[in-house]
Amino acid sequence: MAALARPLPRAELRWTGAIPYAVLLVFTLPILLLYGWLLYGSFFPRIEGLRPVGAFTLENWRFLWAPETVEALRFKAPIIPLTINTFVFALSTSLVVLFVSSMAGYALSRIRFPGRRTFLAGVLLLHSFPSVTLLIATFLVLRQLRLYDQLLGVILVKTAFELPFGVWIMKGFFDTVPWDLEMAALVDGAGRLRTWWRVVMPLVKPGLLALGLLSFVSGWNEFLLPFVFMPSGTQQTLSVVLRAILNEGRFVDYGLLTAVGLYYVAPILLLFFFAQDRLMKIYAGGVKG
Amino acid sequence: MAGRTSALRFARSAQAAAWWRTNATALLFMAPAAFLVVVFFFVPVVLTLGMSFTDIATATGLGGWQWIGAANYEQILRGSFTGLIARNTIFYVVITLSFNVLVGLAVALLSVHIADRAGGIFRALWLLPRISPSVVYALMWTWAVAPAPYGIINELVAPFGVAPRFWLNTDPWPVVIFVNGFVGASLGMLVFTSAIESIPEDLFRAARVDGASAWQIVRRITLPLIRWPILFVLVYQTMSLLASYEYILLTTNGGPGLYLTEVWSLWAFHTALQSYFGNLEIGLGAAMAAILVLAGLVASAFLLRVFRFNDLVSEPRVEIT
Repeated sequence: MAALARPLPRAELRWTGAIPYAVLLVFTLPILLLYGWLLYGSFFPRIEGLRPVGAFTLENWRFLWAPETVEALRFKAPIIPLTINTFVFALSTSLVVLFVSSMAGYALSRIRFPGRRTFLAGVLLLHSFPSVTLLIATFLVLRQLRLYDQLLGVILVKTAFELPFGVWIMKGFFDTVPWDLEMAALVDGAGRLRTWWRVVMPLVKPGLLALGLLSFVSGWNEFLLPFVFMPSGTQQTLSVVLRAILNEGRFVDYGLLTAVGLYYVAPILLLFFFAQDRLMKIYAGGVKG
Repeated sequence: MAGRTSALRFARSAQAAAWWRTNATALLFMAPAAFLVVVFFFVPVVLTLGMSFTDIATATGLGGWQWIGAANYEQILRGSFTGLIARNTIFYVVITLSFNVLVGLAVALLSVHIADRAGGIFRALWLLPRISPSVVYALMWTWAVAPAPYGIINELVAPFGVAPRFWLNTDPWPVVIFVNGFVGASLGMLVFTSAIESIPEDLFRAARVDGASAWQIVRRITLPLIRWPILFVLVYQTMSLLASYEYILLTTNGGPGLYLTEVWSLWAFHTALQSYFGNLEIGLGAAMAAILVLAGLVASAFLLRVFRFNDLVSEPRVEIT
């Protein structure tokens, strides 16, 4: 399914005229409106529909330099530690996913061992299996492991949920690596482990980068797992606090919400802007909804 | 006699040692993944099924539980909200799935038939909801459906004579379906795009030469050739829609009122992990989830069968031992 490499060169098969563009534009309009609002809504005192009321201001962004003056944030964790938590969560998830799935992916691609078929079948089954249905039981598992209410526990759960996808995609990358070099190293007496790390891993760097980016994004965005498994809030992430502000019954301060929302999503938008092709390809190849 | 058994034992242990020697490397490579899969997939599946036959709850302390047979399942069957929530779930899955597949297909078809660059930009825009944090995405929709003077929807429908309202309360279902649909459609879009792009170009060209219209080409060539990807997306998304509740949790949270937009998976979540009533009925929630887990396993197994699992797991080509 990773046949994105060959774009349609078929100029004469194009649909001409403005109609296809117009239809696409109408379909896409809600997305444009939503993101348009997010991009500039925070720079004005108030927005009605898409019309700014008042002059350009950075007042909504004062949660960055004067958080004590923002009433909605009074009883919440400060923004910088939250950002660091989120970053640590995303980065460690993505590193562990990379490490574990490239080890397993390599063995599954190269070594014949008992249980290989079963494991591959299991991974494929889990890849399409909706893992959120397991949260209730995971709650008890984490309590048993004394990892409930700890960042480490959430990282492990998130890693495990990303793993079937990671293992499957890494196996695919290893499958495409020609084995001459590897064979030479093995014949020269280097062990499997050394060969894997020194010879094969450098050859799948693009794959590692793509999977790493994807799991970083997925970790950065994660809401449900920290929300359910870290209730006490010492190691909270941005998503959980943003939802808490959004959920406060009182008057909704859209200025503050858009500012915090844009602050939170900006790294993802930048990553997407620069690594779009890579991300699109791995989404299409891996298919994880 | 004694000599024979010890010889046998020796042969066996030698065999075991040889087995370890050949497979130690593979085991080493597989160990971390195997550990995580066992602890966070295998154990939870078994636990979910097991707990569904107990009365484990926070009110009695997690330790003081008992086996209660199928009582949880009976309670679900008899529950006064079960019918409503089951109907909600079917409605939600069917409507959202149709939206996802039809819109995904439309965007894929349109975007591959216009200039490459423009098509790419449209597809990237459609991918935005999928790569954005769910909370930020939910925030944008909360604004869009907000009461006047804030929300954009009220302004968009005003020219058609619709009075401004608080959509989340008056029309929660369209909101839930759009929120999920604009995320879900991108999956179909990506899968269908790469499927269409891998159709041999000559087929289109031949049809064009024979004088087929664009619609005829789509109807007679493109759609029949991408029926497998369409089936794949249908089954895959049915499963994820049945199980997913994150965006509903973040927008209506099952409301307004009692269970108006509550779906089965959210119901299990509310019962076992986020109860309004303080007591977390984990056993009962596990029974609700177990039904979904079984459905998920069956559907996943079906997917594997249909999509030629055996081709995917062929033996490794390289082997040095």
